[in-house]
Amino acid sequence: MTGSLLFQAIIFLFSAIICVALAKRIGLSSVLGYLLAGVLIGPFALGFVGEEGQDIMHFAEFGVVMMLFLIGLEIEPKSFWNMRKSILGMGGIQVVLTLLLSFALFESLGFDWKVALVISMAVALSSTAIALQIIKEKGLMDSTFGNSAFSILLFQDIIVIFMLGALPLLSSKETSHADGGHEESFTILQNLPLGLQTLSILLSVVLIVVAGKYLIVPMLRKVANSGVRELLIAAAFLIVLGISFLMEIVGLSPALGAFLGGVVLSNSQFKHELESTLEPFKNLFLGLFFMTVGASINFFLIAEEPLSIGGILVAILLLKAIVLFVTGKIFKLKVDQNLLLTFSLAQVGEFAFVLLSFAFGLRIIDQEQMDLMLVITALSMGLTPILSVLNERLILPNVGTKVAVKRQMDHIAKSQKVILVGFGHFGSTIGRFLRSHGVEATILDQDSNRVDFLRKMGFEVYYGDATRLDLLESAGIADAKILICAIDNPEITKEVSNLVKEHFPHVELLIRSRNRYDAYELLNLGHENIYRESLDTSLKMAADVLSKMGFRKYTLQRQIQNFIKYDEAIVRRLAQENKDEKNYIFKAKEELEQQERSLNEDFKRGIVEFDSHWDSEQIRETLKKA
Amino acid sequence: MKKVLILFAHPKFEKSRANRALIEQVKEVEGVHFHDLYEAYPDFHIDVEYEKALLLEHDVIIWHHPFYWYSCPPLLKQWIDMVLEFNWAYGPEGNALAGKICLNAITTGGSREVYCSTGYNTYSVNEFLKPFEQTARLCKMTYFPPFATMGTYRLSDEEIEEHAILYKRLVHNLQQGLNAEQVQGTSFLNELKLLKAIKA
Repeated sequence: MTGSLLFQAIIFLFSAIICVALAKRIGLSSVLGYLLAGVLIGPFALGFVGEEGQDIMHFAEFGVVMMLFLIGLEIEPKSFWNMRKSILGMGGIQVVLTLLLSFALFESLGFDWKVALVISMAVALSSTAIALQIIKEKGLMDSTFGNSAFSILLFQDIIVIFMLGALPLLSSKETSHADGGHEESFTILQNLPLGLQTLSILLSVVLIVVAGKYLIVPMLRKVANSGVRELLIAAAFLIVLGISFLMEIVGLSPALGAFLGGVVLSNSQFKHELESTLEPFKNLFLGLFFMTVGASINFFLIAEEPLSIGGILVAILLLKAIVLFVTGKIFKLKVDQNLLLTFSLAQVGEFAFVLLSFAFGLRIIDQEQMDLMLVITALSMGLTPILSVLNERLILPNVGTKVAVKRQMDHIAKSQKVILVGFGHFGSTIGRFLRSHGVEATILDQDSNRVDFLRKMGFEVYYGDATRLDLLESAGIADAKILICAIDNPEITKEVSNLVKEHFPHVELLIRSRNRYDAYELLNLGHENIYRESLDTSLKMAADVLSKMGFRKYTLQRQIQNFIKYDEAIVRRLAQENKDEKNYIFKAKEELEQQERSLNEDFKRGIVEFDSHWDSEQIRETLKKA
Repeated sequence: MKKVLILFAHPKFEKSRANRALIEQVKEVEGVHFHDLYEAYPDFHIDVEYEKALLLEHDVIIWHHPFYWYSCPPLLKQWIDMVLEFNWAYGPEGNALAGKICLNAITTGGSREVYCSTGYNTYSVNEFLKPFEQTARLCKMTYFPPFATMGTYRLSDEEIEEHAILYKRLVHNLQQGLNAEQVQGTSFLNELKLLKAIKA
């Protein structure tokens, strides 16, 4: 038994690694890679996995629950409110229109109304994974197209929860009892009267909200204070599992509960910690989910009815495309933006797998109908990248406006991402100055109280340890142009700088260093833009002293610049010398020695004579001699 | 009594023999505001609103500066660029400075002889100062001939002191209401008969 489980795990992981890497290499979405892997190991190709695929699928659905928890985390009530018009408007129109047209289509094809409704729900939803990936790849997140697509996808992400919640209503009681596999049958609510059922559902929602605020956040704070990293992973899983369990008891979809839990926690300072902790697991579980879907695609069906499947596929794609284009038109998208939207969202998305298998579990649709739709969904997703290329090469060049997104001035700040690590006294000054220029730096900080406060002030703040690659990644370092390292701990500074330099060489690093000693080390590690916090301010103070003693301010101003230049040259030179002798036992002794060296350099330089600019004495003397 | 504003621009005042003597004579005079631009704005960050308010308070504006490369030091140009705003100093509604008197008080290393068509500088100081004259005119100010301490390379301390005293008398006369008619026909205010006659 254990042997076969191990073997299964090996098969899944190995095929996933091969196929996803392959899909990525030829520029396709990882979703397709997983699907392909599933197809390969499934009963219709290599046959490594067969009937037990269904069990794994149930396990893998946990990935969907996690995904919804993470989506919930992404949706801060406030930003949601700001986008409400485009989310509700565009998303609403798209989903409702698609649902209606698709329902009419499947009704006319002779499907039962319940089946037609379930299928239409699935058809109305697009693939967040594929569409967002396309948008990100093209760097169009800030364009009208990007915003519109995101709004629609967000609406779908939310509406799917209601769809999942509505599905059990479509299933008749007897069949639901007969199915023991998917839906746990010990829901305590089934025997209660309807009023009490509704009440307990409401109560459980309230429970999640209250628990989120008064139970989960304090727990996470305790975990964070303990400093034990794996406890956070445990806590994250505990939250998702706990919510899922609660939801199953009251008979609601675990996904809905997870989503709610996510929204509740989206305003807490642990948002990004949770996100970066769960993200890899979510992806793995989702990948597993896609693989089981791929394994369950019935290829005999395609072979049997290639024409009807092809026909339905084309009909669905056309229908979705038309609805999307009309939606774009209503919201006054320019033709090129609208076409991008149309082509990138025309597929049936991964939610269809969830909805369909859930509906199948509830016996609303039968195996044949599910197989048909799964095949169509997978095919439509596979076609999306191909259709996008066709759109770009053949259609867009002919519809007038060019695809290039011209950014206006106020978009520059947005498109050039700046990450600010450390928002203490030093970093906050930087952040404030950037903000006064309309540049909103993404802030990373480790002080949870400060993070709370900054969030209240409207900053985008990520909470956590900046030496963690995954946190930097969720802060969006891949798209960043500049990273400002304003941490006061020199060890962490070194670690972060090296991490960024190694993994993201495209990011320009600007590093705060506490003193010249730290500067030597950073220089020797190959960093360039180093800002000694003890340099400019102390010189300014010294200049003010001299000014009060009667020196001219403009001359001092120039001398400060000269001194900084001179001192930086010394630091660079002494850093080289410092490189060779590293065997100091006491740091204090070493620092003293460094200070001695710079004082020696000053001594060599002597008292600086003012520069001879604007000094007519030389001319006078020359003229006198002549 | 008219109020006089001396806008002084010298990047290396501590090294200037001539200007020290000139400034020494005028900076403490009552009713004269001596404004040391390089000391006030060592970073070139001019407080425009303060400068405008200062201009409004005064009747006579003196641009006092060494004559560098036939013009003023950069901070004074910066001052002109920033303070003399459109529709405030000039333009259809720019009447803030209308009727005020404006002049340059300059020091030059070269003597008057080199500043003429036969000298190596080819043009006279008055010709070189045309941009300032036109600036004043555009701001509806009355532009007076310059007060020029020339040939400072060769002037003795005593000769410089004589110019400084003349400068003090000029400022006094400006306070008393020296008008355009009185300065007509003079190339340099240093030569005004008026200044020689009064023994201050």
